[in-house]
Amino acid sequence: MSKEKKTLNLNFGPQHPAAHGVLRLILELDGEVVEHADPHIGLLHRGTEKLIENKTYLQALPYFDRLDYVAPMNQEHAFALAVEKILNIEVPIRAQFIRVMFCEIGRILSHILNITTQALDVGALTPSLWGFEERETLMTFYERVSGSRLHANYFRTGGVHQDLPRGLADDIGKFCQNFPKVINDLETLLTDNRIFKQRNVDIGIVSKQDALDYSFSGVMLRGSGIPWDLRKSQTYECYDQIDFKIPVGKNGDCYDRYLCRIEEMKESVKIINQCLDKMPTGPIKSLDGKISPPPKNDIKESMEALIHHFKLFTEGYRVKKDEIYVAVEAPKGEFGVYLISDGSSKPYKCKIRAPGFSHLQAMDYLIKGHMLADVPAVLGSMDVVFGEIDR
Amino acid sequence: MKNLFDLEKKINSELATKVKSSKINHEHICINIENENLLDVVLFLKNNNETKFKQLIDITAVDYPENERRFKLVYLLLSHEFNSRILIDFFINENEVATSLTSIFPSSNWMEREVFDMYGIKFKDHPDLRRILTDYGFTGHPLRKDFPLTGHNEVRYSEDKKKVIYEPVKLEQNYRNFDYESPWQGTDYIKSQNKKNNE
Repeated sequence: MSKEKKTLNLNFGPQHPAAHGVLRLILELDGEVVEHADPHIGLLHRGTEKLIENKTYLQALPYFDRLDYVAPMNQEHAFALAVEKILNIEVPIRAQFIRVMFCEIGRILSHILNITTQALDVGALTPSLWGFEERETLMTFYERVSGSRLHANYFRTGGVHQDLPRGLADDIGKFCQNFPKVINDLETLLTDNRIFKQRNVDIGIVSKQDALDYSFSGVMLRGSGIPWDLRKSQTYECYDQIDFKIPVGKNGDCYDRYLCRIEEMKESVKIINQCLDKMPTGPIKSLDGKISPPPKNDIKESMEALIHHFKLFTEGYRVKKDEIYVAVEAPKGEFGVYLISDGSSKPYKCKIRAPGFSHLQAMDYLIKGHMLADVPAVLGSMDVVFGEIDR
Repeated sequence: MKNLFDLEKKINSELATKVKSSKINHEHICINIENENLLDVVLFLKNNNETKFKQLIDITAVDYPENERRFKLVYLLLSHEFNSRILIDFFINENEVATSLTSIFPSSNWMEREVFDMYGIKFKDHPDLRRILTDYGFTGHPLRKDFPLTGHNEVRYSEDKKKVIYEPVKLEQNYRNFDYESPWQGTDYIKSQNKKNNE
């Protein structure tokens, strides 16, 4: 005698605190076991790519802050690099170190948020309270250098907008001294915590082959034991002058991904320290007057500077006809910009390759056969941010 | 990094007739193929021991409305083993159907859905070709060049009807797209005059 199987359809989100934003996940449940998951995305779709096609290169940059809004400067970095490569601009070495330093700050920002909210999803409240204090400190660094805590709009083609304000380098140095202790504190709360391990070990296992097939990148790939980090393998900016390690997981479960992120934060602190040590003095943006706007004081005295200023902020600079794909190692994985320029001052096409898009796509594969309670744990360890997935 | 030129040569010789043209641009091998050869080319690149492009990075399209074959489909592949990237592209027209890669790379599922949503290009053998990023019940394909930046419909909550309603977009001020072409380079009639003089 066969019993007819009854499944229950459950709407998870879009308004659910563990959905990490506006994810609508339609789950097909057999009892408490998930049979099928169908993520509906696009609730935060703002048409970034269409907007960028209608803006100059300078105006396009702020849109990148709004993609993965927990690590804004990493996204700006990809776009700035793409335009620089087409224009063949050399970035001054000081600007390179500043950019790398803020990218690593972004990585810490993102990883703190992810680790602590993942812990929150599986029932630990304290890590988020401790972690967010540090995030606040980091965001004041963003604010001091760019004027805003989140949407920095700080990187420019050929460098950065302005030099570090006085005292900022020292304060970042002090933070780097204290922060490893905070990571250790977080680890005492989580790493050996029985409940945290019960909820994460052997949950959402990704094999090496599947990690490749599902286009995983970043921690999702490294957690499964594939040592691949664009900062090392396809090095960009001044990462080749910096000494750091790539933590790699073993089992590819949620717990390994958590461990990878913890180790990556420690490496990021090392990178920031090295940047502070090695940072020379000098210009912070390209000296090419056709790309970088002139200093404010010159505008009042030099006709040429005035013309350049006017042209750069109305028409913008032109970018010769070309096609390029540039990827950076963002905290969540490979963040890429595929840019087609047509010789005008606006991009003809700008495709944004968001790492979270392919990660979330694998939700069905990852969660099949798991319990309903594992959904937030898997979702948390994927590190999804809807700004970049929906674009 | 394995020498890109060797790799390009290898791909060219193995896929002889299927590759229409190839070049190396910004550390990418770029190959241009025909629509119907896509599956063969991707299968070869994925499985051959000397290429091993095991990961699909992204699929996207570019709209050139003035071309007879309007869309350019772009596939980006990555080889971890040899640390190299390849860009495959081909042109199709509005009515043509592209081939889905879902049988080779499961991750192409959503990427193709996105291309379908944004450009209206259909994929043969795709298991689930629904819209992905736009609203439920959306019409049109936003990334086509003839789709207006401000869209067609706007959404708001209506206090009278006590529900969310759709209405045609009403703007206080139209989107302004200024032409900043430098007047110092001469207006059109001066340009044509100059041309005549030069001739």
